[in-house]
Amino acid sequence: MSDLTVQVLQAILALGLAPLLTGMVRKTKAKLQRRRGASIFQPYRDIARLMRKEAVVSHDASWIFTAAPTFILAATWVAAALVPMFAFASGLSSAADFIVMIGLLASARFALALAGLDIGTSFGGLGSSREMLFATVAEPAILILIFALSLICGTTRLLDIAAFIQTAQIGPHISLLLAFAGLAMLAVVENGRIPVDNPATHLELTMVHEAMVLEYSGRHLAQIELAASLKLLFYVSLLSAVFLPWGLAPAGASFALIGLGLALYFVKLAGAAMLLATFEISIAKMRVFRVPQFTGVALMLGLLAVILLLVSRSF
Amino acid sequence: MLISAALICQTVLVGIAGFAISVSAKRWANGIIYGAAALVCLTGLGIALASISAPSALTLPLGLPWIGMHFRIDALSAVFAAVVNLGGAAACVFAIGYGRHEQFPQRVLPFVPAFLAAMNLVVLADDAFTFLLSWECMSLLSWALVVSHDRTNENLRAGLIYMAMAGLGTLALFATFALLTGPGADFTFAAIRSHGISPALSGVVLGLALLGAGSKAGLFPLHAWLPLAHPAAPSHVSALMSGVMTKVAVYGFVRIVFDLMGPVDWRLSIVVIVIGAVTALLGVLYALMQHDLKRLLAYHTVENIGIIFVGLGLALAFRSSGLIAAAALAFTAALFHVFNHSLFKSLLFFGASAIQNATGERDMDRLGGLIHAMPQTAFAFLIGAAAISALPPLNGFASEWMVFQAAFQSAALPQWGLRLIIPAAAAVLALSAALAAACFVKAFGITFLGRARSDASSSAKEVDRTSRFAMFALAAGCGVAGIAPGLFTNLLRPASQMLTQAATPFATLPAPLTPIAASHNTYNGLVVALGIAIAAGLIAAVVKAFANRRTRRSDTWDCGHPEINVHAQYTAGSFAQPIRRVYAAFVFRARETVQLPPPCDLAPARLETSLIDPVWKLLYAPVGRSISVVSGRLNPFQHLTIRYYLGIVFVTLVVLLTVLAIWP
Repeated sequence: MSDLTVQVLQAILALGLAPLLTGMVRKTKAKLQRRRGASIFQPYRDIARLMRKEAVVSHDASWIFTAAPTFILAATWVAAALVPMFAFASGLSSAADFIVMIGLLASARFALALAGLDIGTSFGGLGSSREMLFATVAEPAILILIFALSLICGTTRLLDIAAFIQTAQIGPHISLLLAFAGLAMLAVVENGRIPVDNPATHLELTMVHEAMVLEYSGRHLAQIELAASLKLLFYVSLLSAVFLPWGLAPAGASFALIGLGLALYFVKLAGAAMLLATFEISIAKMRVFRVPQFTGVALMLGLLAVILLLVSRSF
Repeated sequence: MLISAALICQTVLVGIAGFAISVSAKRWANGIIYGAAALVCLTGLGIALASISAPSALTLPLGLPWIGMHFRIDALSAVFAAVVNLGGAAACVFAIGYGRHEQFPQRVLPFVPAFLAAMNLVVLADDAFTFLLSWECMSLLSWALVVSHDRTNENLRAGLIYMAMAGLGTLALFATFALLTGPGADFTFAAIRSHGISPALSGVVLGLALLGAGSKAGLFPLHAWLPLAHPAAPSHVSALMSGVMTKVAVYGFVRIVFDLMGPVDWRLSIVVIVIGAVTALLGVLYALMQHDLKRLLAYHTVENIGIIFVGLGLALAFRSSGLIAAAALAFTAALFHVFNHSLFKSLLFFGASAIQNATGERDMDRLGGLIHAMPQTAFAFLIGAAAISALPPLNGFASEWMVFQAAFQSAALPQWGLRLIIPAAAAVLALSAALAAACFVKAFGITFLGRARSDASSSAKEVDRTSRFAMFALAAGCGVAGIAPGLFTNLLRPASQMLTQAATPFATLPAPLTPIAASHNTYNGLVVALGIAIAAGLIAAVVKAFANRRTRRSDTWDCGHPEINVHAQYTAGSFAQPIRRVYAAFVFRARETVQLPPPCDLAPARLETSLIDPVWKLLYAPVGRSISVVSGRLNPFQHLTIRYYLGIVFVTLVVLLTVLAIWP
């Protein structure tokens, strides 16, 4: 298949699969809590239902409030579409390396935080203010982890990182393991999962993401929800592309290899959903001001990985 | 010759200033003066762009009789002259409308063109004498503008502190050039360059250059004057000071350290990187604690200067080890950030002054909801806020991305110290970028979003057309430099080639930005921007086709109990509270005390926060105290009788003669 076809397919698949991933996480969680839980396709139904409903917008809202959901979804989608999911598509990968993807998510967060402040409610302000705090503790850690990866692989382009890990005989690599742990922790923070935030909560004082989007309804809320699922998918694809790139079909591969890559990608998604759900039910939500310590651990893991790599490339 | 044309421009600017003295009280003067100055600046911009690849020099028989004044425009001067003139033109266009509201035009009008000319002359100077003379003129003229509204004690205090710091900075630069010139007493840059400087002195010279240029640029801990003085000036001058004058200071540093000093030891680059990183982090933390919009912007300039100095420090580090490709990348990144910062900081200051004009307020906690009253200003300010927060696809991201890419090259350095420090500095830059985003969510969100917190804010009117034009032109610049950074980095290649012996790969549009020829780490702002646009278009089309399109305007929900009182909204202080608690508790000793009245008492509860500025407490206050103690002790000498004075003269004479007698 040509590069561009793979790229387009990947973009469509990312958007299409994002609610499924959320559904799988919810279902696994419900099973672990001995509930029956909703079907794994429930997020699709939710989005369809929200799209059918009318949107209620406050008198105080400006165009920021109505434009933000589309921008957030678009920026997240671009970032997610550029991560190699099941095949190497170098079509647009020269446009953005790892840092740019993080930057795109930062743009989406900027828009979301502004939308939270737009109506002038206390909950919106609370959510925005805490979200920006979490960003400040997470972003340095992400950069250090990218630094560590670039020391291992000699590049910050995801495609090359994945290709390097896939082909190089690097054996058990301590700093790679540290980077994986750090990046997984940051994925939890960035997606507002337990123990940092709880996407299922509506208990006022513990909300962060939900507090910002409290005023949204109808089609706007549908886009926000989809963007949140897509962000989760982005991080799962990212972790699997960087640390488990096996099965990624090479550029210009046949349909069979791409099919294999796709099947493996589904397995990876399901595995990630189970791991995340297990992690979430086995830990309690932490106080807001404990989060900097949590991300501090990720930062330290990244620094440790960098220092180990500087001492010796073989760690 | 281009240099003659550039100097004629400066003469015209000085002429405009002279003309302004005589006519500034007239109603029509404002438009004429600023319009003419803007045209001259645009001409200067054209000359600067043409000079990037065609250096030229000129010696005028002025100044000191035996040396004359040397002027030269080379690739480096041209880049900075372009920044100065672009910023100057934007400020003048903005002031055509804005300046009409000036209370004392005669205190502002003559000084602005002269200030612009002085900044240009600093950049064009080619000998130490001309450089220092222009530098001092620049300081004094900007000081005059800072104290132009001297009715408030705050502004007078800002003027006093600025004067002291500017004096200190010029003194340090005098010492720098004294050391650079050496015993030969040839002040021209060419002579200084040819004999270089002994390695033993290079540390001292770098330290003095950091003190002299750094105090003007706002390096920590010499930044203290900047957040006081920049907001005190009329707003378009604030934009000039923050967006342009700090860049002239950066130019001074680059000229001295990269050009005149010759090779620099790698240990010294650690000093620059560390100071830059600390400046970036503390600058943005200070900015986050402010609720005065202009002061927030001024503190934020400190952060960006830190980023620029980290880039310059990286360039020094790479250059000292002969990694010229990486050095070129770091140097280009720093210069690109210089340009970008001049664009968005001017834009943001214009926005702040538009708000001040429309509402009479600078305190964000008394604003709010301005996006309804001033939609166009809000849009331009939003672009500036996103650009300064380093968000793709705007220009701030492009230059910070290049700084990060340069930092990632550090593993190739042979020195352990640098290899460990640079990742840490990169993490600090990432932290300050994230804090900057928080800072500008706050600045934009509290000021423009939510509900109006005062009548002034709800009854504000959009600013005049020329002011809006200036803002939109700069916003467009932020967009173009973000989408096509290659256009601008190409212009920086000659300067980089001159000072680091290498340049970043030539970028041909629409090819992506490539930091180093062999690297695959590329960034294409155009594709990213198009990607977002196409994605947003598709989403909007799908939503339009399939979703329920009805929108009902209703009251705010807010979990069922909306707060009617506008003062219950999040304020600048409450937005920054979590960040204050996490970061400032250590840096600024931030403390919060809550006083709750006893049960059944209807008195309001009080929350008090206190911040201590460590720089003032630990550095400036002791220095200030010791100065006043010493001057107190010296005070009696002013009130002696003639006999005592004659006695002192006699004793001094005897002492000096004795010294001369026993001197070998």
